[in-house]
Amino acid sequence: MSGWLKNRTAIVGIGQTEFSKESGRSEMQLACEAIKAALDDAGLTPADVDGLITFTMDNSEEAEVARNLGIPHLSVFSRIPYGGGAAAGTVMHAAMATATGAAKVVVCYRAFNERSGMRFGGGGGGTGAMASMPLWLSWYAPYGLLTPASWVALHARRYMHEYGVTNEHFGRIAVVDRKHAATNPEAWFYGRPISIEDHQASRWIVEPVLRLLDCCQESDGGVALVVTSAERARDLRQTPALITAAAQGAALDGEMMTSYYRDELLGLPEMGIVAKTLWADSDLTPADISTAFLYDHFTPFVLMQLEELGFCGRGEAKDFATVENLSLGGTLPINTSGGLLGEAYIHGMNGIAEAVRQIRGTSYNQVADVEHVLATAGTGVPTSGLILGRP
Amino acid sequence: MSSRLAPSMNPDTQFFWDGVSEHRLLIQRCTGCATLRHPPRPMCPRCNSVSWDTLESSGRGSVFSFVMPQFPQYPWFEYPYIVVLVDLDEGTRLVSNLRDIAPAEVTIGMRVEVFYEHHDDGLVLPQFRPEAQS
Ligand SMILES: [Zn+2]
Repeated sequence: MSGWLKNRTAIVGIGQTEFSKESGRSEMQLACEAIKAALDDAGLTPADVDGLITFTMDNSEEAEVARNLGIPHLSVFSRIPYGGGAAAGTVMHAAMATATGAAKVVVCYRAFNERSGMRFGGGGGGTGAMASMPLWLSWYAPYGLLTPASWVALHARRYMHEYGVTNEHFGRIAVVDRKHAATNPEAWFYGRPISIEDHQASRWIVEPVLRLLDCCQESDGGVALVVTSAERARDLRQTPALITAAAQGAALDGEMMTSYYRDELLGLPEMGIVAKTLWADSDLTPADISTAFLYDHFTPFVLMQLEELGFCGRGEAKDFATVENLSLGGTLPINTSGGLLGEAYIHGMNGIAEAVRQIRGTSYNQVADVEHVLATAGTGVPTSGLILGRP
Repeated sequence: MSSRLAPSMNPDTQFFWDGVSEHRLLIQRCTGCATLRHPPRPMCPRCNSVSWDTLESSGRGSVFSFVMPQFPQYPWFEYPYIVVLVDLDEGTRLVSNLRDIAPAEVTIGMRVEVFYEHHDDGLVLPQFRPEAQS
């Protein structure tokens, strides 16, 4: 049975700032620039907007965003938790709001100075005790498990052990992403592809799981997406990217990034729940997906996502995820903008913007005859995903 | 020993750290259905009881996963250090460090046992090392 949201709403505008390592301006300014660009792209004005949705981690408050843009009337505003796991969730909530009529035009946004400001990978800066350690982190930080890379690695090590996966297998994801970034002028790593030898020569971040080139960038920048009803979308400037399905997922016995207490650590059960909903609600199968953005903060979880989403069987991603299969022209081209490793780390929102471009036919790395595009959000955390379709 | 980052505690977790300071590795146990759980939390997911006591672990178990974080580097560690995920014989799992062994010698499934390390500021942490041959 189809989900009741199926194709009732659409992403009609995308906007972004440049992606950099030092934006030189406030996060609020980045957010407002991205939103204005997305509205211009859609052919809408701030007066048309009546909903704003962002991440709980975003520092730019809704009322202040509205004040900057001159949005006179907001009737829906909410935030989605769990870091990058929020990305597609913002679109899902915008779709629910515009499908029910609670709002007419909702903008989803995420903007930060994640490189020049507060960096997620720093693990508290390394200079002294944290002012107050969160309770959950107390089971890890005293033992030197302090960064997202280390949390992911302890999980992925088990996957490597069970399925005979090596760091070189993970490296193929980095090669694919950098290959696509190399031909995307908006990408930080434009014109700078890497080889598997470059990957294998990069230093360990967490031995023997993650090398430097397995870890996504840290970036400054912002991305915004405009969501409205499919009916309204027909009268707007761009080819709408219909929201065919959108889902969030959390699973039993999970934590933020340290879900170490389940019987097996071989998958991403949160993404399994998202996948189940996406396929059921869209009436599609993995074979119907033309191209995908698979959240790539760390390469091992891209392999696990391929399995959770059903693109291959359990333990088979190491054979499925070849550079050829995942590159433009392959069976499942992924992260055609370069992903978080190659384009920028805008918490997954830049991957959704690329999914929209693929539907429109305007990507720098355009896949031929696109019908449906899948985009996932942050992995190892309660997460989300969506499938976009052509009208 | 120079110190590590100190854990924070609340009424759900205080017993664990009190136990560690007395060299006892305590596991939370539901008094409704006897299910063990770690990390500690107020309600049993199996029977929803909020009553619990503790079981003292033998401190023995096996390596379920391990990694060596290399970057960024912190002043509290000598490199390389091993972060280990231990399957305790009682059935719960916890994160700690594996000591007295080189990373190249560690294997998944190897037997380990707990010991306690005292730091200059009074912090006591459970650590693991290869199980003594008995
Ligand atoms: Zn119980």
